Amino acid sequence: MGMWLFLFTELILFGGLFIVYAVYRYSHPEQFHLAAMELNTFVGTVNTIILLTSSLTAAMSITAIREGRKGFAIGLLSMTVVLAMAFMVNKYFEWGHKFELGIYPKSPEMLAKTPGEILYFGLYYTMTGLHALHVVIGVIVLLVIMRMIARDVITAQSYVRLEAGALYWHLVDIIWIFLFPLFYLLH
Amino acid sequence: MASQSSIAAAVEPDFYTAAHSRSGLMSWLLTTDHKRIGLLYFASMMVFFIVAVIFGFVMRLEMLSPGQTVVEPQTYNTLFTLHGIMMIFLFVIPGLPAVFGNFMLPILVGARDVFFPRLNLLSWWLFIAGGLLAVVSLFLPGGAADTGWTFYVPYSIRTSTNVIPAVTAAFILGFSSILTGLNFIVTIHRMRAPGMSWYKMPLFVWALYSTAWVQVLATPIIGITLLMVVVERVFGVGIFDPALGGDPVLYQHLFWIYSHPAVYIIILPALGVVSEIIPVFARRTIFGYKFIAYSSIAIALFGSLVWAHHMFTVGMSNTGMFVFSLLTFLVSIPSAIKVFNWVATLYKGSILLEAPMLYILSFIVQFSIGGFTGLMLGALAVNIHVQDTYFVVGHFHYVMFGGTGFGLFAAMHYWFPKMFGRMYNRRRAAVAWFLTTVGFNLLYFPFFFLGYLGMPRRYYDYLPEYQTYHVISTVGSWVLVAGLIILFVNLLIALKKGEKAPADPWGGKTLEWTIPSPPPVENFHTIPTITRGPYDYSHVQEHATERP
Repeated sequence: MGMWLFLFTELILFGGLFIVYAVYRYSHPEQFHLAAMELNTFVGTVNTIILLTSSLTAAMSITAIREGRKGFAIGLLSMTVVLAMAFMVNKYFEWGHKFELGIYPKSPEMLAKTPGEILYFGLYYTMTGLHALHVVIGVIVLLVIMRMIARDVITAQSYVRLEAGALYWHLVDIIWIFLFPLFYLLH
Repeated sequence: MASQSSIAAAVEPDFYTAAHSRSGLMSWLLTTDHKRIGLLYFASMMVFFIVAVIFGFVMRLEMLSPGQTVVEPQTYNTLFTLHGIMMIFLFVIPGLPAVFGNFMLPILVGARDVFFPRLNLLSWWLFIAGGLLAVVSLFLPGGAADTGWTFYVPYSIRTSTNVIPAVTAAFILGFSSILTGLNFIVTIHRMRAPGMSWYKMPLFVWALYSTAWVQVLATPIIGITLLMVVVERVFGVGIFDPALGGDPVLYQHLFWIYSHPAVYIIILPALGVVSEIIPVFARRTIFGYKFIAYSSIAIALFGSLVWAHHMFTVGMSNTGMFVFSLLTFLVSIPSAIKVFNWVATLYKGSILLEAPMLYILSFIVQFSIGGFTGLMLGALAVNIHVQDTYFVVGHFHYVMFGGTGFGLFAAMHYWFPKMFGRMYNRRRAAVAWFLTTVGFNLLYFPFFFLGYLGMPRRYYDYLPEYQTYHVISTVGSWVLVAGLIILFVNLLIALKKGEKAPADPWGGKTLEWTIPSPPPVENFHTIPTITRGPYDYSHVQEHATERP
């Protein structure tokens, strides 16, 4: 129950940003449309698939531990971590490309754009940045949990912590599920 | 009763003296005992409180006469900013839930500890980290923040002072507040003693429960908002910066979506304390138990929907203003239900004027004044006239200090014997009550006149015609501080030299009075089974007359 409540607070945390997004999208619809064209839908889609798969392996690890298959559970979790890394690498190149084009806060190219576009990219960096931060935290949590499994702190009898960790990972996933259409798909 | 508990105490050492896995200071700093964590909060909070009182005192001194009196204008800006941040984030928000909630909640519901004891310790450490950061930001190069506790953009983005540390401090404190709220909700749901149904819970627990929900649901918004201010300052993404197309009014909305409910985080536990203390000292069952319990929930609910009444002058649509004004009026209904129920409880009760009760009586009057002026502010026409004047400052000090502050003093005097196992000098406590009440009203009542006459808040200087009221107010601050000194000295003396307190010095019927003072480590030998309501005084008539 505590974990669910905590996830709730995380959702509200992002909820604040979604409100800001909604307000500015409402006030600058054309400029948001224009800016959204700049994003690479292909990279976004790949990242979505990566994250969804990572959630799947996290969920499978719970079933694995319940059946007492310790090694398999750790294997599945390391899959999740590897996929998370892949997500981050992708993100790095995506951001890097934007920076090369001069799209970053306070850059001369950026200041020449319309207010709506500036806001769009400002929000893009803030929201995906905060999400990326959550990915990193999630990876750390999963690594700690893997250690606990290895040391038999988490076992087939008591796997509440693994469940909590996996729940957190699903949260990271679901936030992305909302970010992806808002920034990449909605033109 | 008394002899019984002293036998129990002889068998079982209290939580101060009981053997502990760690010794000395570490046994406190790394404790997971909810009682010790409560006291840790108590001690740290009092330090912040005293510092913030000194800031307020200096501000009042500055306002004694027009022009420069004791401090520079920039220092004055810093003073009101830090006074606000410290009083709000470090004193009144954590005040009742973190100190008395932590100490009493598990005992009141008949549990041995909160549901997540280690998380509880983490909350305290975050609290300390945030508090220290706020203090450190004072001394860092660049100068202390001067934005006011509201951090309004665009000024908070432009000023060269240390806004980032101050904002980060508030962010960390918010995190601590969320974790405490979360812990309390789970504790109340999962750890009530057998037989303690929802309607047998003490009303303080109901109040903490509604508070905890507001903490959990509203605090993340301020978290993200303050985070956006930091991002804005560091990277200049333009979310709130009008030069880049951002909208500062949006910041105000987001800020108040949290900060108005925060007002209810502050006041709700105090309302709970009042409902707890009144039946004990009136020797009567509380009048309208369910109404009080549900009005806590109603206040939490309505209170979360009225944020924009802080912003009637920013240029909202008329419909928006009308709706928010109406909702603001609606909050007063559950608040008034509580006040009427308290008065009805007192009616024909055999009232004992002990220190906690005295503070409660001041509370009821001051809270009502605060509430009425709140209604005046909620009315659109009046609001335009007094927006950002001393009227607003007077209003919220009546609610925050006259309400929550006095509720906290009442709780301190009520639970002091239980927490420390000693009694304080009752005469001195009464003197302290008299001085704080007189001083408080002398200090803040003139604010209403000043505000109505047009004295704007946060101004360093003023026109000579306002001076009379400012002088009265400053004199009031001296009386108030004198009262506070007596209050604390009295309790400190009691801590050292007070006579031993019995298990139940007031004749209370809730669970904390059934265990020795101070409580043993595990609170209860055997978890009690609850058969009666929390304020059942039908059997204690003779006990009341026996008291010395």
